[in-house]
Amino acid sequence: MITGNFEYHQPGSIPEAVALLSKLGDDARVIAGGHSLIPTMKLRLAMPEHLIDLQAVKELKKISVSGGEICIGAMTTQAELIASDELHKAAPIVRETSLQIADPQVRYMGTIGGNVANGDPGNDMPALMQCLNANFTLSGPDGERTVNAREFYEAAYFTARDDLEILTEIRFPTCTGGYAYEKQKRKIGDYATAAAAVLLTKSGDSCESASIALTNLADTPVYCEEASQQLVSNGLGDDSVKSAVASAMGQIDPVDDNRGPAEFKRHAAAIILRKAIQQAWARA
Amino acid sequence: MSATAESVQERRAALKGLGTSRKRVEDARFTQGKGNYVDDIKLPDMLFGDFVRSQHAHARVKSIDTSAAMELPGVIAVLTAKDLEPLNLHWMPTLAGDKQMVLADGKVLFQGQEIAFVIAEDRYIAADAVDLVKVEFEELPVLVDPFKAELPDAPILREDIADEKEGAHGARRHPNHIFTWEQGDKAATESVLSEADVVAEEMVYYHRTHPCPMETCGSVASMDKVNGKLTLWGTFQAPHVVRTVASLLSGIAEHNIRVVSPDIGGGFGNKVGVYPGYVCSIVASIVTGKPVKWVEDRMENLSATAFARDYWMQGKIAATKDGKITGLWCHTTADHGAFDACADPTKYPAGFMSICTGSYDIPTAYLAVDGIYTNKAPGGVAYRCSFRVTEAAYFIERMIEVLAIKLNMDAAELRAKNFIRKDQFPYQSALGWEYDSGDYHTAWEKALESVGYSKLREEQAQRVEDFKAGKTRKLMGIGLCHFTEIVGAGPVKNCDILGMGMFDSCEIRIHPTGSALARLGTISQGQGHATTFAQILATEIGISADDITIEEGDTDTAPYGLGTYGSRSTPVAGAATAMAGRKIRAKAQMIAAYLLEVHDNDIEWEVDRFVVKGAPEKFKTMKEIAYASYNQAIPGVEPGLEAVSYYDPPNMTYPFGAYVCVMDVDVDTGVSDIRQFYALDDCGTRINPMIIEGQVHGGLTEALAIALGQEIAYDELGNIKTGTLMDFFIPTSWETPNYETDFTETPSPHHPIGAKGVGESPNVGGVPAFSNAINDAFRAFGLTHTHMPHDHWRIWKTANELGLHADS
Repeated sequence: MITGNFEYHQPGSIPEAVALLSKLGDDARVIAGGHSLIPTMKLRLAMPEHLIDLQAVKELKKISVSGGEICIGAMTTQAELIASDELHKAAPIVRETSLQIADPQVRYMGTIGGNVANGDPGNDMPALMQCLNANFTLSGPDGERTVNAREFYEAAYFTARDDLEILTEIRFPTCTGGYAYEKQKRKIGDYATAAAAVLLTKSGDSCESASIALTNLADTPVYCEEASQQLVSNGLGDDSVKSAVASAMGQIDPVDDNRGPAEFKRHAAAIILRKAIQQAWARA
Repeated sequence: MSATAESVQERRAALKGLGTSRKRVEDARFTQGKGNYVDDIKLPDMLFGDFVRSQHAHARVKSIDTSAAMELPGVIAVLTAKDLEPLNLHWMPTLAGDKQMVLADGKVLFQGQEIAFVIAEDRYIAADAVDLVKVEFEELPVLVDPFKAELPDAPILREDIADEKEGAHGARRHPNHIFTWEQGDKAATESVLSEADVVAEEMVYYHRTHPCPMETCGSVASMDKVNGKLTLWGTFQAPHVVRTVASLLSGIAEHNIRVVSPDIGGGFGNKVGVYPGYVCSIVASIVTGKPVKWVEDRMENLSATAFARDYWMQGKIAATKDGKITGLWCHTTADHGAFDACADPTKYPAGFMSICTGSYDIPTAYLAVDGIYTNKAPGGVAYRCSFRVTEAAYFIERMIEVLAIKLNMDAAELRAKNFIRKDQFPYQSALGWEYDSGDYHTAWEKALESVGYSKLREEQAQRVEDFKAGKTRKLMGIGLCHFTEIVGAGPVKNCDILGMGMFDSCEIRIHPTGSALARLGTISQGQGHATTFAQILATEIGISADDITIEEGDTDTAPYGLGTYGSRSTPVAGAATAMAGRKIRAKAQMIAAYLLEVHDNDIEWEVDRFVVKGAPEKFKTMKEIAYASYNQAIPGVEPGLEAVSYYDPPNMTYPFGAYVCVMDVDVDTGVSDIRQFYALDDCGTRINPMIIEGQVHGGLTEALAIALGQEIAYDELGNIKTGTLMDFFIPTSWETPNYETDFTETPSPHHPIGAKGVGESPNVGGVPAFSNAINDAFRAFGLTHTHMPHDHWRIWKTANELGLHADS
């Protein structure tokens, strides 16, 4: 459990980090909180020759809420997300989700940027970002560009981020209405057996808007557009919820692993999603 | 009267002796991070060793190329079996009478097996060099299922002994078969089964798991070539045995070997075995003349050092129509992995599995155990239990439930009907044990009353109705367990390890000012020996526990003992401590009588002093006596105040307990929620109630882990699937429920202070209680038995197979 040899770099600004990455290319990896990369390096499944550590890039550590938009720097830790009352007021689902990531020690190190950029289908933040309709800012040698979370994930560990780009910030609109992040896991610290992020807004008895995304049930997070639309069209009656859940289940593709066979995960995912919808509706 | 009743009490309290919830004296250093573990040992010029391991479960090793590794700056040597062969150390004996490869000798037999040992200037270079060693394999068919071991097309694993018809434990019928061990009366049991009113049958699998102590295994060997002395620090639960084995293996005289177990971060049986890493660190130190450290990482610990359990127990239990048990039959298929490295007393290749008649008066019984080789890691250690006692307790406590279903009877009532009665002790079991003492009915009634058992059953029945009516998706399970352990191995007449009788020892030295040092042959791994053994002694010799230092683990200073595992420390070393204390007191009595100018028989012991009978104002305290022993010439009495006792226990001790677990089980997600856990333990005389409670909490949590998810699983190619803590379940505080502890106190009649041992009871009793709760939740829907571990998906699968998902 000892990593291979590598050179360690600690740039002080985004341009400096981007320049380093451009220079070192394929031999370099950017490290944020390190809670995915370091275990992989200890197993020697990854053996980068250079590590570009972003912890000294101060502008990557921020949470701001203004004009109906939330902006979070990539190096903001999960503990900081949890601690921010401003963020909690503007988007309470972020704290609810963050509290279900790993354990307090991991959350002091783990960052939102690392969590969303790594492309690990087990991570909780990617589905949350799809649910929130977040935009990711990527900085590269050709400048900045923005990719929506719903377009970002291509396959396990493959994303729209170019190898020479760094994910620097995340923006999404403030939330109104009900929310829920429900997660089934074997124990504290585990990835989800199945998890669901749901945002709903209510107008009288009808559902004004809905957004659903699922974690660890395919090789990418699963944004369930049709299921979301069904709730808006048909409301939150038993039959409507049932068919929305069925629609979402049509999109997932879980695999057998130590958490259980795919068949079990499908069943558990449906239960978890129904719970999340009901909880979000109760809070809307 | 010189001493009022109150002052006697005050003096007794000041001793902090037996029965006191004294705070653990060890904790000051542990809670401040000031412990001294093997990996804290740093010696000048120390080198580091690391293993090249096999990624294959079964393969021939065609070649090993170490040249690239040797070229890496900082690499000192790379050892392979070829290097060890001239020393005859490429194989080593196991504790079970088999032998095991130290480094792969021509083939590998399990994933993670040691192939080469890299020695480098630091552990980082060593890890890099491991990557540079090139091993060429030829893969062989893999055997992971012990039931396929003797099929015609099964691969032969142990070619080294393929033709040997006789093993360490009798006849072998196949090259993959290790032994058959039989106990009890086969013919009589079969006859009872054929004539019984009712026979319940079940295959009960206790899956493979691992003790997984927080600190992994490791050693530091330092060979001093000038004086010829080898010092070996290591994670050893039995340091004296390690010294003897090291001497026999290396040819170094035993007085020239010093083995030290420093602080140990949990053992749970994992640190009983002798591992290739220890041998390689010794050889490496001899070869290089420098100290060599080897410490395994977590994945190595889980995949290569000793596992536990892996018993397939086929059971048949016979009873009359009204529920009186008449016979028990058990055939166990024991998966031992690639080498038989079980840690059991020599004459017991399946440990004390023959305690499987449990707490019940079963007149006729038969047990057979077949040991089988597979392409898995060796081990088979007693993970927080006496040798195979948790397997036995799980088996009988499941069979009782299975029988209760067959009889359509309440499982608590069935138990009570068959308990060994108080007046039957000492009780001779059908499989050959003499149970020392017990009062099972009293404990059982107390347990059932404490949890409100009949109310719980009413609630459960209502829950089943509500479930059927669609009002809830959660079922309720009530897990019962009444276990009897057999611990404190053991009498030298039938218990030995590698020929060493399983006595234990204590040596006491009283200092002139009335404080004391006691050294024992055991070694604490977290049990709190420094606290509790001082308490035993405080009560025996009248010196406050605070003034007694306990030392263990250094073979140069501690008396020879067989170590700490199998709940043997209190039953054996604790007895030796009391007996040595009594020798101190006997000598002190002579000194006191001399000082008081009376005959020895005219004084009597009172808490911390000898008092002249009928003249209570005349007395000498132990402190005064200690001083006198060093500064007065007493006719006929040697100066000083020391004693040593080697204690050979006349019998094992038989702790018992009554546990009840109440769970809610979600049939859709498979999530179980423990809402109540009640644990009544009877460990005989209670030395430190607070430590007992801590032991019970810890043991129950390990039991919970095992029952609800913890396993060492392999795929069909022998790849380990649960090699990290992501998949190997260790509960956190979040998963751990609140425990209610309780006790009865039935002293052991043969132990000097009546203590029986408690460290392992909660694991032995806890596993069946948790598992029975899960099984019981589904009893109303036709489930008889489902295997552990009861993790979410397996519970879901049980519900699914029972048709409980039809409407969801």
